[in-house]
Amino acid sequence: MTSTQHLAGGATASPARPVYRGSGRAAETRRKWYEIIGLTTPAIAVYVMFVLVPMGFAVYYSLYRWRGVGPPTQFVGFDNYVLAFQDPIFIDALRNNAIIVVGSLLVQGPIALGVALLLNRRFRGRTVFRLLVFVPYVLAEVTVGIMWKLILTDGGTVDALLKSLGLGSLTQAWLADLDVVIWTLLFVLTWKYVGFAIILLLAGLSNVPAELTEAAAIDGAGWWQVQRHITLPLLGPTIRIWMFLSIIGSLQVFDVIWVTSVPAVRSLGASGTMATYMVDNGFFARLWGYGNAVAVILFVISFVAALLFQRFLLRRDIEGAITRRVG
Amino acid sequence: MTERRPFSWGSPLTYSLAFAVAAISIAPVVYVIVGGFRTTPQIVADPAGLPDPWVWDNYARVLTQSDFWGQAFNSAVIALGTTIAVVALGVSAAYVLARYTFRGREALYTFFTLGLLFPAGAAILPLYLMLRDLNLTNSYYAVILPQVAFSLPLTIVILRPFLSAIPRELEDAAAIDGTGKLGFLWRITLPLSKPALVTVGVLAFVASWNAFLLPLLVLSDASLHTLPLGVQNFSSQYTSDTAGILAFTSLAMLPALVFFTFAEKQIVGGLQGAVKG
Repeated sequence: MTSTQHLAGGATASPARPVYRGSGRAAETRRKWYEIIGLTTPAIAVYVMFVLVPMGFAVYYSLYRWRGVGPPTQFVGFDNYVLAFQDPIFIDALRNNAIIVVGSLLVQGPIALGVALLLNRRFRGRTVFRLLVFVPYVLAEVTVGIMWKLILTDGGTVDALLKSLGLGSLTQAWLADLDVVIWTLLFVLTWKYVGFAIILLLAGLSNVPAELTEAAAIDGAGWWQVQRHITLPLLGPTIRIWMFLSIIGSLQVFDVIWVTSVPAVRSLGASGTMATYMVDNGFFARLWGYGNAVAVILFVISFVAALLFQRFLLRRDIEGAITRRVG
Repeated sequence: MTERRPFSWGSPLTYSLAFAVAAISIAPVVYVIVGGFRTTPQIVADPAGLPDPWVWDNYARVLTQSDFWGQAFNSAVIALGTTIAVVALGVSAAYVLARYTFRGREALYTFFTLGLLFPAGAAILPLYLMLRDLNLTNSYYAVILPQVAFSLPLTIVILRPFLSAIPRELEDAAAIDGTGKLGFLWRITLPLSKPALVTVGVLAFVASWNAFLLPLLVLSDASLHTLPLGVQNFSSQYTSDTAGILAFTSLAMLPALVFFTFAEKQIVGGLQGAVKG
C-alpha cells in the first residue's frame, strides 16, 4: 500500500521517474490511458453487465405483474411489494432469516472463539486438527444438506443414537415438525459455517504478536488472563469482519435450506427464507414481477444491514476499502 | 510461521477437547462415506451400524451407471473457466488500480468494492431473465460469466494491496531497460505475485465447484448439469435408494476434500489477506 499511496495526488510526483523511450510527454500520457482503459475494460464490462444491470432490471420488473413472456406491460406500481408484506409466508421467511442471523452470531461466535483459542495453542498434531475442523466449510452446501437430511430422517441415525443412549424421548421429526425444523436447520448451518469463523479467527490470532502474550505470561498472567486481556481485544477487528460476513450470508441463505427442507414444509412458512421464497414464487411459480419485488426487498435489507454495520462497527477495520469517500 | 519454540505435547485436556471438536466436524462425513459401503436394508435395520459385510456395489453403480462422470466434467470445465477468467480480469484491473496514477482511480476502486455489498442471491432472478433473453441459458457461459462478475470485487480487494507492495525501484529499473508498464506486468508482476494469484484462484474454484443456485436456474439441460445439481437430482429421484445416495454424495465430495487438503494453505492465506484488508 504505502509505496504508491502518497503518489495518488498527481502523475509528476516521482522525480526519478525515467522517460519512456521514443515518446514525448503527451504521447506517454495517451499511452498510459490506452493501457488503463485496455486493462480495466473487460473487468468493468463483466461487472456492470452481470452485477449492476440485473439489479436495475429487478427494480423495473418488480413494478409489473408479469408472467415472463414478452415484455412486461401490466404496470402495477408498488402492488407487488405490498402483496409480499401481506403474505404470512413471506413474513415467516423474514422471521426465519432473523432467527438465522441472530442464531448464527450467538451460537457460532462463542464456539468459534473457543475452538480458535484451543487450536492456537502449540501442541503436536495441531495442523491435523485444524484441517479436520475446516472440512465442513469446503463441502458443497448441497452435499451438506443431503447428508444431514439422511442422518436426521425419521428413525434415522440421530434417532437411533439417541435411543441407544437411553434418550429415546428426545427423538423428533427433526425436519418435518413445523416448530422444530428451523432450529434443526440452524444447527446444520452452524455445523457448516462455524469452520469459516474459526479460519478467520485463527488468521486474526496469528497477527497477535507473540511478544505481547509472552511478556504477560512472564509477568505472571495465567493462560486465561492472557486471552481475556490481550488476545481478545486485539481480535476485535477480525470478529467484526466475521460478524459482517455472517450477517450478509445469513440474509441470503438458500442452498442448505432448499436441499434439506422439503417443499411442503417450506411452503407452510416453517423453514423458508427470503431467498427460497423468491425462487419458489419467481422462478418456479413464474410470478416474475412478484419474485423480482422480493429480490429487491432482499437486496435492500442486505444493503441497509451492510451499511449500518459498516457505519457503526466496521469503519476502522476496512478503512479505504468500502467506506472511503471518492477522491 | 513464526514459531520459535518446538511443538510440545499439549495437556490431556487440550487433546480431549481437540478430539471432540474434530469428531463433531467429520463424524457425519465419515458416516456418509462408510454408509456407502452398506446396503439399504442394512441401513434401515440399524441406521447407526457399521457395514456388515462391506459392499462395493453402490460405488460401482454410481461410477458406471449414473451421470457422475459427465457432471464431474461439467463442474470441472465451469470451475476452471471461472478461475482463469477471474484471475485474468482481476489481476488486470487490480494492476491498474495499484500501479497507475490517474484521476478517478479511487472512485473506480470504490465502484468495484461496492460489489461486495451486492448479494449474488438477490440478483439471481433478473440474471436468469437476462441470460434467457441473450440466449445464453444452457451453456457454460451462463454460469461462468455471472460467477466471474460476482467474484471480481473480492479478487480485486485481495490483489490490489499485494500488487501495490511490489517495490517501485523494480519498476523504474525495468523502465530504464526499456520495459513499459505492460511488460512489467507480464514479466515481473505476475511471477512475483504467484501466491496471491493462487489464493484468489483457489477461492474462485471452490466457490464455483460448490455453486448450486445459479446452475439450478440456468442449466435446465440435464447433459450440462454440474455435480451439486447431480447429487440433488439423484437424491430426489431415487429416494428409497439410501445407500446409493450415500455413495453418490461421498463421490461428489471427494474432489473437494482432496483439493482442500492440497490447497488448505492458500484458502487460509487468502482469508488471512482478506482480514488484513
